[in-house]
Amino acid sequence: MKQFFCLLAALALLTGAAHARLNVVASLPDFASLAEDIGGDKVKVTSLAKGTEDAHFVDAKPSFIRVLNQADALIEGGAELEQGWLPPLVLNARNPRILPNAPGHIVLARGLKLLDVPTKLDRSQGDVHAAGNPHFNLDPGNFQAMAATIAEAFARLDAANAPHYAANLKRFNERLAGRLVEWDKLAVPLRGVKVITYHKSFDYLAARFGLEVFGQIEPKPGIEPTPTHINTLIPQAKSAGVKLVLMEPNRARKTPQFVADSIGARLVVCPGLVGGAPEAKSCFELIEFDLRALLKGLQP
Amino acid sequence: MNFSKLVGLSSALAVSAMSLVAQEVNPVELRKQLEELLRVQKQQAEQIESLKKQIEVLKGQPAIPGAKAATPDPKLEELERRVSELTDERISKPWRPGDPIGLVRAGQSYLNLSLDGLFAVGGSTANDLGALQPGGHDPNQRGFSVQNIEAVFEGIVDPYFRGQANLIYGLSAAGESTFELEEAYLESLSLPGNLQLKAGQFFTEFGRHNPVHPHAWSFADQPLINGRMFGADGLRNPGARLSWLLPTPFYSELSFTVQNGQGETAESFRSDHGGGVFLGRPQTARGASALRDFIFTPRWQASWELTDAQTLLVGGSAAFGANAAGSDTETQIHGADLTWKWKPANHTKGFPFVTWQTEAMLRKYQVAAYNNAADDFNASGAVGDVGLVGFADEPDVFGDASIRFVPRETLTDYGFYTQVSYGFRPGWVAGARWDYVTSDRAQYENLFGIDAQRDTRWRLSPNLTWHPSEFSKVRLQYNYDQRRHIGVDHSLWLQFEFLLGSHGAHKF
Repeated sequence: MKQFFCLLAALALLTGAAHARLNVVASLPDFASLAEDIGGDKVKVTSLAKGTEDAHFVDAKPSFIRVLNQADALIEGGAELEQGWLPPLVLNARNPRILPNAPGHIVLARGLKLLDVPTKLDRSQGDVHAAGNPHFNLDPGNFQAMAATIAEAFARLDAANAPHYAANLKRFNERLAGRLVEWDKLAVPLRGVKVITYHKSFDYLAARFGLEVFGQIEPKPGIEPTPTHINTLIPQAKSAGVKLVLMEPNRARKTPQFVADSIGARLVVCPGLVGGAPEAKSCFELIEFDLRALLKGLQP
Repeated sequence: MNFSKLVGLSSALAVSAMSLVAQEVNPVELRKQLEELLRVQKQQAEQIESLKKQIEVLKGQPAIPGAKAATPDPKLEELERRVSELTDERISKPWRPGDPIGLVRAGQSYLNLSLDGLFAVGGSTANDLGALQPGGHDPNQRGFSVQNIEAVFEGIVDPYFRGQANLIYGLSAAGESTFELEEAYLESLSLPGNLQLKAGQFFTEFGRHNPVHPHAWSFADQPLINGRMFGADGLRNPGARLSWLLPTPFYSELSFTVQNGQGETAESFRSDHGGGVFLGRPQTARGASALRDFIFTPRWQASWELTDAQTLLVGGSAAFGANAAGSDTETQIHGADLTWKWKPANHTKGFPFVTWQTEAMLRKYQVAAYNNAADDFNASGAVGDVGLVGFADEPDVFGDASIRFVPRETLTDYGFYTQVSYGFRPGWVAGARWDYVTSDRAQYENLFGIDAQRDTRWRLSPNLTWHPSEFSKVRLQYNYDQRRHIGVDHSLWLQFEFLLGSHGAHKF
């Protein structure tokens, strides 16, 4: 039986080698979007999580083991973003190509400078991540480094198509440079606007476009809002002139809406991941969507 | 501002630090170098401050609307970059013995460490709590119970293996400290052919509940059927397990485990039950002399996604091996399990969700004929006579001076549990479990009365769990127990848990 499978595999290799596409699995749709941009028609990309999910708490479905078993490359954010579900899946996938530190295991946080790196690890401060804030996918300034990491890894894994990946990267960077200028222009009214966010998931977006994050609905990262915290936050935010309250679409609306109403701010729902809104189908569209949502929130 | 000078200074600093080590120690020279170092450090701090001030000034300028202001100020960016570079340099200085010891960071150590503490407080109307709560980690006394203090060491061993050890500390109801080597095994990372090998001491992969550590249970105590089949501490022993991920279009995994058959963690196999009576007769521990003296456990499981939000996992397990109730007697345990989970694609922190898990088991336990007539040394018709002149003291196996003849037979025990957990808002889970265990009446029971260890009982356990964070939990559970021939009992337990150290991932 096994010999039969070996034979099948050999046949598939012989006949399909020329057309074999790199099988890429991404932990999140944002990384899948970048992988598609860089890989083009030379790769087949699957995302494990959906953009509507909470990236920290994705269910470790057994089918993911099957998907990872077949993968030539795995792209993850790292920095503990997927720590709650991905590591055992990777170790159980029986796939040496994507084991930690294998060439096919691509960790995007490695090439980036992360915000909020704690100087002290102390969980009394909530669920702080040792490597820093892992929601770096919302700063388009990071796309270039992320895409470069992906292109480099693809070229290493699939040397025959290296020029293709390099060309795609170049095209991607040109497109990105154009969009960055557009977005900066678009985001001018956002500069200096004070905002409250639900979780510390919009810090990169804020830093990029000059929003000032005044505070969070969560008293500490990952800790559910408490009445005491909300009651202190509201008067402070009111006197500071906070204009917007940002939350992801999957959060409960009640508390953020209450906070927004109490301080006379607008509640803005911003997806934090690609696919979090039907219009946000790629990394670029996600940034565009969030910026437009924020601008709309500022309109009288 | 001369940036290249700054870089020059910092590299001078690095070089002088290196030369400090290399050189012969000269106190005067050393002092001079130290002063130089301090001077450079002070200079750097001043530069950082001044750069920061410049940034503040630049940031303070109102943004000019229009295209010109849209592009970020290059001067500002350059300044910010320099500050962060300088600051980075200061943060990433090497650790010295005088510095506080920081916690090892994920991915920066060879070993992930964690410590989990699980406790319970409560009470029950039952006076025989040891029999009511058959699990070794169940709350087992009125007042406080230390259920499980678990130290976990886990990490990648080398390019070939992953290693894990779970060491359990506990306090018995009598206040005695206990230690258990619950698990310690290595697992292969890159065997060919989709195979995976596990070897060492580990929980047998039989069903859904048996391999799970107490702190990950959805209830404060273990299911009754697991207690009946696998005893207080579950089925685990030294051994090896080979598993194969099948090349099916859906997830499907076949595993086969071989483990030692003796000891108290092999309750239905070659355990001597501490020399006591089990299933109507004493059990004799023997060393392994044939293949059938080991426990063989095949398991198959498969999973499908019914919709984006629903996942189904089904499994079938069996365990075979010789038992201690005779020289040629064997045990077979069969199990089937089903897990269904609903979690919408727009969950937040993994909530809401519904999990339904059900597991049924059947045991066929062969027992050999047994009698204790030979213990009646003085032929008095009863055993247990002591201090008789001319005779040795008589053992009294059944504790009631009786001489019994129990026949050879095959005993059948079975039961199931079914449980539902509903995570209704972030951090909050409501659950309910129904346990049912029973057996076919055995011949020895017809002769000598019902064996409470095999009698029919059921239990209904509603509970409510609050997770203040991922690292702690508080759980309130009520048990309604109905034991045939004993009666109804009510128990209430408040369970609490903390987890220190590395963040374990959740398995499905």
